[in-house]
This record gives sequence, C-alpha cells and structure tokens, in this order.
Amino acid sequence: MSKLKLGLYWAASCGGCDMAVLEIGDRLLTLVEHADIVFWPCVADFKYKDVENYEDGFIDVCFFNGAIRNSEAVEIAELLRRKSKVMVAFGSCATKGGIPALTNLYQRQELLDRVYIECETVENPDKVYPQTSVKVPAGELTLPELHTTVRALNDVIPVDYYIPGCPPVADRIWDVILAIVGGELPPAGSIVGAGDKSVCDECPLEKRQIKITKFHRIHEIKPEPGWCLLEQGIVCMGPATRSGCGALCLQAGMPCRGCYGHIGDEEDQGAAMMGAIGSLIDAKDEEKAKEIIDSLIDPAGYFYRFGMSKSTLLRKRLLNTKVKRDVKLEVL
Amino acid sequence: MNEKTEIIAEPDVKMVTFTIDGKEVTAPDRTFLIKVAREHNIEIPTLCYNEHLEPYGVCRMCIVEVTRNGRRRIVTACNYPVTEGIVVETRNERIINNRKLLLEMMMARHSEVEVIRNLAKEYGVDTIRFKEQPSEECILCGLCVRVCNDLVGAHALCFAQRGPERYVTTPYDVESDTCIGCGACYHVCPTNHIKMEQMDGLSVVYGDVSLGPDKPIHIDFMQAVPATPWIDQKSCIHFQTDGCGICSEVCPTDAIHYDMKDEIVEVEAGNIIVTSGFKGFDPSPMYQFGYGRLPQVMTSIEFEKLSNAGGSTGGKLLTPDGRTPEAVAIVHCIGSRDKNYNEYCSRICCMQSLKFSHLIREKTGAEVYQCYIDMRCFGKGYEEFYSRVLSEDVHFIRGKVSEVTDFSPDGLPEGKVLIKVEDTLLGIVREIPVDMVILSVGIEPQVGAQDLKQKLRISVSPDSFFLERHPKLAPVATATEGVFIAGCAQGPKDIPDTVAQANAAAAAVLQAIAQGEVMLEPITAEVMEEQCTGCETCLSVCPYEAITKDEEKGIAVINDALCKGCGTCVAACPSGAIKQWGFDREQIIAEIDAVLADIAV
Repeated sequence: MSKLKLGLYWAASCGGCDMAVLEIGDRLLTLVEHADIVFWPCVADFKYKDVENYEDGFIDVCFFNGAIRNSEAVEIAELLRRKSKVMVAFGSCATKGGIPALTNLYQRQELLDRVYIECETVENPDKVYPQTSVKVPAGELTLPELHTTVRALNDVIPVDYYIPGCPPVADRIWDVILAIVGGELPPAGSIVGAGDKSVCDECPLEKRQIKITKFHRIHEIKPEPGWCLLEQGIVCMGPATRSGCGALCLQAGMPCRGCYGHIGDEEDQGAAMMGAIGSLIDAKDEEKAKEIIDSLIDPAGYFYRFGMSKSTLLRKRLLNTKVKRDVKLEVL
Repeated sequence: MNEKTEIIAEPDVKMVTFTIDGKEVTAPDRTFLIKVAREHNIEIPTLCYNEHLEPYGVCRMCIVEVTRNGRRRIVTACNYPVTEGIVVETRNERIINNRKLLLEMMMARHSEVEVIRNLAKEYGVDTIRFKEQPSEECILCGLCVRVCNDLVGAHALCFAQRGPERYVTTPYDVESDTCIGCGACYHVCPTNHIKMEQMDGLSVVYGDVSLGPDKPIHIDFMQAVPATPWIDQKSCIHFQTDGCGICSEVCPTDAIHYDMKDEIVEVEAGNIIVTSGFKGFDPSPMYQFGYGRLPQVMTSIEFEKLSNAGGSTGGKLLTPDGRTPEAVAIVHCIGSRDKNYNEYCSRICCMQSLKFSHLIREKTGAEVYQCYIDMRCFGKGYEEFYSRVLSEDVHFIRGKVSEVTDFSPDGLPEGKVLIKVEDTLLGIVREIPVDMVILSVGIEPQVGAQDLKQKLRISVSPDSFFLERHPKLAPVATATEGVFIAGCAQGPKDIPDTVAQANAAAAAVLQAIAQGEVMLEPITAEVMEEQCTGCETCLSVCPYEAITKDEEKGIAVINDALCKGCGTCVAACPSGAIKQWGFDREQIIAEIDAVLADIAV
C-alpha cells in the first residue's frame, strides 16, 4: 500500500491550527512514516501551481484550517476539493467561521476604514484602499477580493469531516490521524476529534445549583476555586460547548470560550447558551432580569465568538440590500 | 351558668341513696348536695354558687335542713357532701324563715340590687327591721374574685379588709396590667357591679370586618363550612393563663383538646380544584374617600356585617354615633374600572349596591344616593331588580364621587359628611350631606394566590387572577393537567356563576376519575441521553415539573404524562440535548428562513 498523501492549508487563519498539528510532537515522525505531506504552506515550500498540477483526487486527506474571508480562500478551497479524496474542516474557523467571523458584526466598509484609515498606527492621508488589481509598468498586479461576510468552509465546498477547536488539541488530532491511517473514519459529515457531551462533562469544577445574580468579566473578580464559574457570574460557554478538549481552560481557571462548538444538532451555539443563561439568572421579574442581563458585557462576543458563520444571526444586516439568505454572500 | 351538668359516676365511686324533699335519689358518694338537687329539678336559691367554681358557702341562701343519724342540722347545700341515708328538706318552714332573715339583712344593705330585691319579693320580705344603709351594688359573693383567681388564673382581683369593711378590689388597690380583659368577672357578677369598658372608645362594627361577634372559641361565620368552632389562641384565656378550660368542661362530646397542634396533613390527590376566592379591595390608599379617617365611611363588606342580624348591632343600621341614618351614599367602582388600581370590572358591586339600597330603604327609610359609572345588571333577574329599586325612590347619580369630606364652609350638621359628585346627566356638581358612605369595593385575588401559582405551576392573567386553559372551551381547566379553578380565583363573579363553575370543575374532575386514564399531549419533549450532561438547567425552567434527574445515569428525564410540550426546556438546554417532537431544529430554522426570506439579512 502506497503512503497516504496529506495536504494542509490555511485560509483566514492565525496559524494556530498549523502549530497544533506540530504540537503532536515526536508523533510527527510516526506520521511521516505512514504519510507524505504534499501541500502545507505554513511548513513546506509548495506553490499553488504544484497543487494545480496534481491529478484530481491525488491528495488522500486535506486538513483545511481558517475561515473563508476572501476570493483566494474560495479559489484554493475549490482547488483542494477537486484534488482531495477527503476534505476535513480543521479548527473552529474552518468549521464555524471562528474569530474572523466576528467581523460579520460590521459592514465591509467599516472594516476597511478601521484597518486602512482609522487605525492608530496607520498613516494614510490619501485614503488609499487595497485594490483587486492595479496596473504598474511591469504589468497588472492583483489581490484577492475581501468578502463582506466570513463563511465556514462547508459554505463554499462540500466537507467530509469536521475537527473543531481553537486550536484542536494535539491528542484529538492524533486520534483522527490514527483513524485515518487505520481506515476507521466514521460516516462522512461527522464531527471527529471531539466528544458528544458538553465541556461540563469533563469539567472538574463543582456545580452548586446557585443562580446568577450578576455577571462579571474575568478580570473583575477572583472566582472561588473549585466552583462552577458560570454560577459565579463568569460567562462560561461550557454547557453549550462540545467536549473533547478535556476542559483545558477550566483546569487553568479560565472559563470555556466555546471553541469546540455546538453539541448535537443545535447548530446555533450562541442561541443555545443564551437560552440557558436566561434560565440560570436569579430574577423573579423582568426588571431584575434586565438588570442582571445588562451586567453582561458584549454578549455577541461571548456567545458567538467561534460560531458566527453557522449561527442564525450570520451577520449584521447589510446596508441597502435586499437578498435572500441562501444567496452566497461572497462579494456583496 | 345555670345549665345542669350531668353527674357522671366515676367507676370506683360508691353510689349512695338518700331523700330530698321526700324523694328518694341516688348519687355518687360525697357529691355536693346542690348539684344533686339541681339534677332532680329541685330549686335551691343561691347567690355565690357557680358550678365551674369551688363552692364558697358565703351567701348562705342555699341552706337546707339535713337529718343524719337522727340529728337535724342546717347546712349550706353548695358545699355539703351527700352520704348514705340522709334526709334533706329544702323548703320547710325553718329554712324559709332563715332565708327570710338573711334576705332582710341583705335588703338593709343592698336594697337597690335586682337579684336581692327579686328574692326578697319571692320570699315575701317587705319589712326590714335592720338599720337601712345606702344600697351597695357589690354583694360580696366573691364570684368575680374566685373566677379571676381559680379559673382564669389572672389574679387581678381580690378582697380587702374584713367584716363590714370588706370590698372587692385589685391587689393593693393599684391599677395593674395583670388584668387580661377577658371579661369573666363581668360575666359572673350577679349584680352588674363589674362593668366592661371599651378601651379604644370605638364601636366594634367600624373596626373590623368579621361577620358576627368573636369569642375566643367561635365559628367564623354562620355559613362556615365545616361549621366547627375553633379557638383563637391569642385571645383564649386558657392559652394566656393556663386557667379557665370551661369549654372543654361543658363540651358533651369531649371534643376540645388544648394540646392539639396545627398539623400539616399530606393528601395524595390526582386532581386539585383551586378555589382560593378573593379579597375585597382596600380603599385606604384612595385618601379622597376618607376611609379609615372618617368613621362614617365603610366598605361594602363592613356594611354587610352591620346589616347582618348576627352583627354587633343586631342588624340595625346605625351611624357610628348610634343614630338611624337619614341619608346614605353608595359609591360604585372603588378600585375597579380604575386605571390607577384595577382596570377590570368586579361584576358584583352594582347588584350588591342595589341590594344595599333596598335594605336601607326597607330598614330605615333613609335617602339613598347611588353614585355609579353605569349600571351593569347582567344576570338573570338582575335588570328586574334594578327596576324595582328604581321604583323605591333611590337616587341614582351617574358620576364618580370626587371627595368625601367632613368639612364644609357652610358647616355640616353633627355626624354628617359631605360627598362631592358630578352628576353627568344633569351636568352639575352636587354636594350632598350624608350620614353614611358605603364604598362598593372591588374584588382582588386572594392573598397568597401568588404562592399558590408557584406551587401549582399555573399561570395568571394580566389581572392577576388564575388563568383558565381556554376562556370558552376549557374555562375551569388550567394549563397544568389535573389542576382546575373555580369561582373568584379565576376572576370576579357572583354566587350563581361561582356555583356553576364549581359544578363544572367537579364534573371535570369526575370525568378524569371515571375515565381512569389520562390522555397525553402528542407533542412532548425528549432528552437525548447521549448528549445530556445532567447540568440541570432544564429542571429549573420546566413550568410543569415534568423533568427530574436520573442520578444514576446523571441525565435529565422527562415525564411524558406531565410534559405539555411547551418547549421551554428545549430552548434552555445549552447542549441541544432536548428534542421537541414536531418542533425540531430543522423545522424551526426552515420557519425562520421562510419568515426572513424576503428581507435583507
């Protein structure tokens, strides 16, 4: 049997997912015994041309991390889909939009203004914005076009498996790799490298069935050790987040940020958590409930930190447009 | 205190046979003679005897002649224990002469006292050979002192001095707070020497609203069900001094036990009918009507008490200063149909006010002014009653009363108050002096209805009355299976409607009992075991208490029989581990997409 051919790619990504793959440590050596890496921009010097030259289906498994944020990501996603037998959305951004998708809370122009004009370290008196193409004496230079809406990988290409996590933890990545090598992958469409229950299932902290009277940000209070952070008023996404990480953050005394994504078929993780929060606050009347909820700063950031692209919200309403939801929102 | 108590022989007490006035009688050995005599309807006069107290033998009126072992002697019947074979004569010449002498002496000192005068008359004592003194009310029978010390245990009364100087007083002649105001001395005093005074100077009817006089042991009101008396421990003498105990002594069925405690009885029931009733609106915050400040102003419930034959005036309609009123105003819609208090119509007040008008006209002939917004006589025979009251010369003024006041620049007759009302039919503001103002107060949910709501997991409508499942199709059912409502708990209504609803609720319960089976909602929620982490979020949100935790598996479990498929737990479950049949995620998202299809995202 020939060696497995692996491809890895980063789209709108921080690079953390690539680091996570490296985090498997000396197991990498075992990996390369069984697999050849045929594309990994972060680590090895491959060109897009090389991939284009592969025949279709050449890559056995492709780990695709990062969200779909511009035309380049779409182009490469579609290319890799053609060249790969199995496409794996790797990490929170590829599976659900991740951190980049928080920009869906702004209009595209607001982002451009912020980055190229308003940013404190930028001096741009002529208000020059990046262009998709520009003519220079040497010819035409092009740049990918920035999309209005950040999407997950499966919004642009069919995806076979999903590995959630920001980043996925090394042990889970290794589990998946072993499954791939051993040919023991579950049915297509599955979420792999994660559990079925919530982070609470793995969390060492104790629940005392006490309702929340006020929300605190993590720097505002010193939580009592050993006691559920959510009950202490610190927004912890644990109850609405898939297990698999081993409650890493909680063990370090930090609340769960929700990177492993939704549980079950409740794909809107933020809505699930808000529904739960509503029933966890200690309020008998609307006024008190409002007072408590008002103490929760930046709910969108808390509840949709990783899942905006796959939420019912999806994005801030676009200005002056009237579109159907199922229209692709790449360049609007 | 003159009722006869049956002499019940203790099993180990010997019975003796003897003769009274030629009649052979049997009684337990050493019973006091007066008891036996009374048992056999033989009248022996007495002034200091009370069967609940130890005999005292001080008035000497109960003297009888007893022959024992051939020896005749005069003894006091109240403290003479009977023995075998004695012969008693209660009214022979010698005894009568002795009693006459006693009465003559008493008349010399207590000529104005009714009981003494009556006895003297009965015995034909007309000439008094002793030096007559100014009549004293107290005959020194000692009943008051003994009842206070021996029975009540308050020790607030005693005798002072001796001989002719003897008198009843408080210990050391000082006013003390030892007296608990029980009134026992006042009740036993045969000469009305001891009097009760109202400390607050207020007539009781205007102070509280219970229907009828309240003794510590009483039945709440004549129509109470069950008609069983109960003891108010706060005012009962026994619970204050450990004394008295008369009620348990006289109770023929031995039903009174002071050591009984309130207890919580748990009853397992398949159905509950909530009939928590209503409370009358408290008009105190409506300061313009002067309720609580002007004694002439009363609520409809207080008027009911005043007018009740069992009330403190015996059903006579009297003003606080004891006059028969000449003019009475009835003010409608107090706390009802009023955006500041309750917006709803309390439904009963119009008819109640008409009834009051009729009663006042019938009992006193006073002028009655009905100040109404509009008359709502909706029930069977109600409009006819309205017509009848219209023909009874009652004044109907369409308009809201703006003020009730005891001040008028022109001055008001003593005891009257002025009502100011705009007569919207005449288009003028009227000021009418009246003797009595009845505020026809609205109906509000009973105190504690909120607690009940939480306990039974039922809802209330915006007016705070319990909410029926459907106003037309399920008027006595609630959203919680097995819990029904009837009467004013559901909303203001009159007696016929309440009875009809109560019947309906009873029938609904009987229907469930007869069926023996419960029909389940098809749309219920179910916990996906493999996803549930047992975080218990759903337990606290379920309005029907249908969710419990399976401690063994560490997951939530939904009881199909209790689940109403409201979906609250589905929304609350952070793990998406609860599914609502018929409303799963895909269906809801499809709905949302359809709704949002035509608008920009």
